[in-house]
Amino acid sequence: MSGIPHDHYEPKTGPERWLHKRLPIVGLLYDTIMIPTPKNLNWMWIWGIILTFCLVLQIATGIVLVMHYTPHVDMAFASVEHIMRDVNGGFMLRYLHANGASLFFVAVYLHIFRGLYYGSYKSPREVTWIIGMLIYLCMMGTAFMGYVLPWGQMSFWGATVITGLFGAIPLIGEPIQTWLLGGPAVDNATLNRFFSLHYLLPFVIAALVAVHIWAFHSTGNNNPTGVDVRRGSKAEAEKDTVPFWPYYVIKDVFALAVILAVFWAIVGFMPNYLGHPDNYIEANPLSTPAHIVPEWYFLPFYAILRAFTSEVWVVQIASAITGGIVDAKFFGVLAMFGAIIAMALAPWLDTSSVRSGKYRPQFKWWFWLLVIDFIALMWLGAMPAEEPYASFSLIGAAYWFGYFFVILPLLGVFEKPLPQPATIEEDFEAHYGKSSEKGATSATPAE
Amino acid sequence: MFRKLALSTAVALGLATGGAYAAGEGGHVEDYDFSFEGPFGTYDQMQLQRGLQIYTEVCSACHGLRYVPFRTLADEGGPQFPEDQVRAYAAQNFEIYDDELEDFRPATPTDHFPANTSVGAPDLSLMAKARAGFHGPYGTGLSQLFNGMGGAEYIASVLTGYTGETKEEAGTTFYENHAFSTGWISMAPPLAGEDVEFADGHPNELHHEAQDIAAFLMWAAEPKMMARKHAGFVGVLFLTLLSVLLYLTNKRIWRPIKHKDA
Repeated sequence: MSGIPHDHYEPKTGPERWLHKRLPIVGLLYDTIMIPTPKNLNWMWIWGIILTFCLVLQIATGIVLVMHYTPHVDMAFASVEHIMRDVNGGFMLRYLHANGASLFFVAVYLHIFRGLYYGSYKSPREVTWIIGMLIYLCMMGTAFMGYVLPWGQMSFWGATVITGLFGAIPLIGEPIQTWLLGGPAVDNATLNRFFSLHYLLPFVIAALVAVHIWAFHSTGNNNPTGVDVRRGSKAEAEKDTVPFWPYYVIKDVFALAVILAVFWAIVGFMPNYLGHPDNYIEANPLSTPAHIVPEWYFLPFYAILRAFTSEVWVVQIASAITGGIVDAKFFGVLAMFGAIIAMALAPWLDTSSVRSGKYRPQFKWWFWLLVIDFIALMWLGAMPAEEPYASFSLIGAAYWFGYFFVILPLLGVFEKPLPQPATIEEDFEAHYGKSSEKGATSATPAE
Repeated sequence: MFRKLALSTAVALGLATGGAYAAGEGGHVEDYDFSFEGPFGTYDQMQLQRGLQIYTEVCSACHGLRYVPFRTLADEGGPQFPEDQVRAYAAQNFEIYDDELEDFRPATPTDHFPANTSVGAPDLSLMAKARAGFHGPYGTGLSQLFNGMGGAEYIASVLTGYTGETKEEAGTTFYENHAFSTGWISMAPPLAGEDVEFADGHPNELHHEAQDIAAFLMWAAEPKMMARKHAGFVGVLFLTLLSVLLYLTNKRIWRPIKHKDA
């Protein structure tokens, strides 16, 4: 498994040896749970566990919700009300599931921005990063289709707008849209296939999560210094690491409990805060809501989608070059998916040899500007498509692309990085003092 | 300096509200105090009962409550009528079309309130959750963290928001209303004050009635609110305790690694 030298599972009793010879599953679990982990990880390294928990929470609540839900345009809305009013604890299940999606995205954005700051995407963790991006895409698909299922006004019109994006693709767009919807417009066929895929995708995500974990267990975790764990010998590695159990398991579970307390307060006291009131009105194809707004976690990319109107010169040039094939709508779609692809390409766009943003004095400023940009785009995505929001969105979108395609490649050339610690141990001891003579570096659990 | 600032703020506010009213625009929602607000707020049982009376005598003429079963009127955390009263209420006030009888029959507790009977009048089962009273600041909705979503406030504001002005457009009469989003609503003022006589002699001025029906519709939309807040309270308490224990465990486990024992 891990390239970091550490103790492996040794079957001691007869039955253990019997099983180990036939299926080394205990050994696999042991190596996974005892993986040497850099001992200087900070609180931004908790989000992986939170995300794993979210996936389990969503699947567990979702499976029970499915037992009471009816995927039919005439009955879906009423069946959700049935869950809310008649099913034992149904209101909690549904509110946990709906707000669970928000917790999932809060965690994934913090997880992604942590990766961007500490250079977790850089060699040798590019594959982990790419799989992470695939998970993120699957999450977006799952969340979008899940929001359609209650068959409220925002479900219906959100589905109409988003599937309409595919219709913007030249030539093949409209057949693709019809194929996705199962008909010319969002209807029962759409609801049925979205329900089916909403149930399928979480298990695809679960499989991708397993590969994601496998990948970074092979390379080892990144850490706040970005300095590699020493792998010369087991003794050397143990100076930089602690086993995942119990040190990080307990730390992560503590963080999970704190976050769940906040999450539970939202579910218990204000469960509709993150939702949209219009979704408590049953879908009506004849009545368009005044503002069609996606859920908060799609807003930054929705803002980028809308930023490129036909008045923007880039769009006009693209349209002129392609003879009108790339119009404003298609350009917006390309920009939206491009914004995510830009993120996925970060490992190859970032030319700096220094991994962690901690030792990159200029990078830091650009990074925090990207975070502000992201939050600003989130706000702009919820605003009506008019001035001055359209111009602000364009500036925000420009910075998003500028960060990945201009700033990251150039910084690596022009930036003078600060000195990095030689080892993780050095960084750790700078915080917590030198180790005492008697082997305090031993990696055995306390007591 | 401060006086100047306060003055200009006051002027700005005055202009803003004055402008809103002058243009005949809507969206002005009054922040009424309701008993069910905040993490510990509960429904006022008597208020829900008064609200049901207003719904029965006034609103039900046009609006349905299709997702609300009569039996829930007896549920804990709601109007909580005795079951025999619920049975009598359903049978006396509502007729349900029965597919098996192929005819109408008096409603029973297991039936739902009938769907809306009047064209164009929306169902009220979820109205208190389908509208938000507060959207600011700057459209972020952050104020809802302190004020709540404002669905009940919105309903009460619409009912009290009529100015008495009317206009006719394409054969439909519109009534000016400060709370309604466009400023002009097609519903004639349903309440004028003293529309309903309460058995216990509770005041029945317009703003009392408006708040009572708004509270009842909040319950109709979120009948399990009290159970939900209870679960929230227990869960937060448990998780806080668990967090403290895990914090101490974590600190103890890491102590030898961080050389604090040395």
